[in-house]
Amino acid sequence: MNPYNYLYVSAILFTIGAVGVVVRRNAIVVFMCVELMLNAANLSFVTFSRINGTLDGQVVAFFTMVVAACEVVVGLAIIVTIYRSRRSASIDDASLLKR
Amino acid sequence: MTTSTSLVYLIALPLFGATILLLAGRRADKWGHLLATALSASSFGVGLYQLSQMLSRPTEERAVGQKLFSWINVGTFNVDAGLLLDQLSICFVLLITGVGTLIHIYSISYMSHDENRRRFFAYLNLFIAAMLLLVLGDSYLNLYVGWEGVGLASYLLIGFWNQKPAYATASKKAFVMNRIGDMGLSFAIMIAFATLGTVSFSGVEEASHTASKAALTAIGVMLLVAATGKSAQFPLQAWLGDAMAGPTPVSALIHAATMVTAGVYLIIRSNFIFDAAPTAQLLVVIVGAITLLFGAFIGTAKDDIKKALAASTMSQIGYMILGAGLGPAGYAFAIMHLLTHGFFKAGMFLGAGSVMHGMNDQVDMRRYGALRKFMPITFITFGLGYLAIIGVPPFAGFYSKDLIIETAFNAGGVKGILLGSTALLGAAITAFYMTRVMVLTFTSKERWEENQHPHESPILMWLPMAILAIGSVTTGFLFTRGDALANWLNPVFGEHGEGHEEHLFEPIVVSGMALVAVAIGVAIAIMKYQLSEVDSVAPQNVSIFTRIARKDLMQDSFNEAVFMRPGQKLTSLLVRGDESVVDGAVRGIGRTALGAGAVLRKTQTGFARSYAALILIGAIALIAGIWVVTQ
Repeated sequence: MNPYNYLYVSAILFTIGAVGVVVRRNAIVVFMCVELMLNAANLSFVTFSRINGTLDGQVVAFFTMVVAACEVVVGLAIIVTIYRSRRSASIDDASLLKR
Repeated sequence: MTTSTSLVYLIALPLFGATILLLAGRRADKWGHLLATALSASSFGVGLYQLSQMLSRPTEERAVGQKLFSWINVGTFNVDAGLLLDQLSICFVLLITGVGTLIHIYSISYMSHDENRRRFFAYLNLFIAAMLLLVLGDSYLNLYVGWEGVGLASYLLIGFWNQKPAYATASKKAFVMNRIGDMGLSFAIMIAFATLGTVSFSGVEEASHTASKAALTAIGVMLLVAATGKSAQFPLQAWLGDAMAGPTPVSALIHAATMVTAGVYLIIRSNFIFDAAPTAQLLVVIVGAITLLFGAFIGTAKDDIKKALAASTMSQIGYMILGAGLGPAGYAFAIMHLLTHGFFKAGMFLGAGSVMHGMNDQVDMRRYGALRKFMPITFITFGLGYLAIIGVPPFAGFYSKDLIIETAFNAGGVKGILLGSTALLGAAITAFYMTRVMVLTFTSKERWEENQHPHESPILMWLPMAILAIGSVTTGFLFTRGDALANWLNPVFGEHGEGHEEHLFEPIVVSGMALVAVAIGVAIAIMKYQLSEVDSVAPQNVSIFTRIARKDLMQDSFNEAVFMRPGQKLTSLLVRGDESVVDGAVRGIGRTALGAGAVLRKTQTGFARSYAALILIGAIALIAGIWVVTQ
């Protein structure tokens, strides 16, 4: 199977994630979209690793997963805290830094 | 050169007095004036001791020096703070400390009602110290320190009564005009250092034999500028008349006898430069000749007794500068006139102070008259000074002024005739305006204001006047007997070929002409003021010449129109330029940053999604850019 197809899938996933981040208000959904983008990048890394016949890309993919896991822990904690104090998970409501 | 360790005491004693009096403050009010007078007198004592030491040495070893400390030591440029006492400086030292002490004594009485008398004496002592440093410094740099010191003392003393705005302005005017001259002196020092590599008198004298004429001329002209500032010579003369705002003893000491003659000292001390730079020397003569007429003309129209005397000082210093510019032939005579002038002019100023003292500080001569009967001692001492200044034999001024006129005639050619006639004309005008002062004050009819009770001054005031009067009678005779002063000073002026120039007139003829000129001046003045009625208010319907002379020959109007107004325009222009260009640039940067911030802050919405969108757009733009470039 042509490995380039994986790249197309990766690009489509990334685009869906990016559009989701920009257009959705729900923090949880935005968060999931960010994860989607990270995984799209991971898929690209692995694909390039396969194409080039080296293991570098696969190693980077592991790093990315670890970073993503950490991010999920911190990010979800923030979202939950915001939800507790404001009774809302909309990221447009949390725009107080401007003032 | 022989070293003398006691030279420094000449300066240190009065400086010590000034320090004590200024630091002790009100605590010294009771005894400050006595301490200052005693220190000035002891400085005079040191001067006399130095003179006796000097007389006991052979001619070539008479100059003594003292190195105080190493002042500037940079590479090949070494200046020591050193003192030099030679035949020329000793004349000045004795004049400054002698006349200075007399004026200290006079001021004890004259200033006794002033609550700031202690401060006055502190400044007087400061002046004596600075003036001694000026004449004792062994390099131009040391002289410069004293030069600035006397400028400061003069400024402080002119504005001594600075509660009156006019007096404060007068002191500022003197200071500012002196700055122009000081600038000349500092330029001269810089040129000397740049071209000759040294600033000491002996070093410059040695270097002047081989230096280029252009450099020497530049130094000479700059020294002349310095001299015109300090000595109130044309074109920097305008400050002297206003300087009379100071207490009268100050006018006598600083603005008649000593400080204003510093310019003459400077030129004569730099004789080697002017001898080697004829152009500069010619300028000196011209300045002297112009000023001696300028001052004399102003003197004829002044009704303020002190201003009339100030104009006369200007004119007499013109004579000295003229003599100093006539080269080796005139140096000794310039110094002689300086010394005799120190006596008779200081005496007359003290006399004027005495008159003011008796007339409730009235200075308008049109309000005097007939004071001879009420102030006999002042009349006699003033009269002796008067006879000396107009040049009646055998009084001092006759000898010294006569010699300058004679030397001027002997300068050769058209120049000699021009200078000689100028000096002669000056003598006639001097006789006129001094007789006018004399007649208006002492011998004409009373024109007093009401409630005037003229009375003789106390002994502390008339004693110094009497001593100065004796000086103005005898010094001329003493100095010329066997050419005493000329022979005494000769070693200072170096070797000059005994030039027997053509004498245009025999000395006796010159004396005769001078006496005729004086007689004419006196006669006119007596006719105008003694034998006819004098208005007690200055008449207004007078000739254009009188009007101009009353306004000091338009010197202030000229300075105002040519220098002050354009200067103000220039500064206001520069201020506007500063505000619009420099400040504009600074404010513009601020405004740009503010404006940019106002625009850019709109992108900071606080919405996380818009930031994400911006990051996305940025990333896309970046990639697109790279793609375009690499294609």
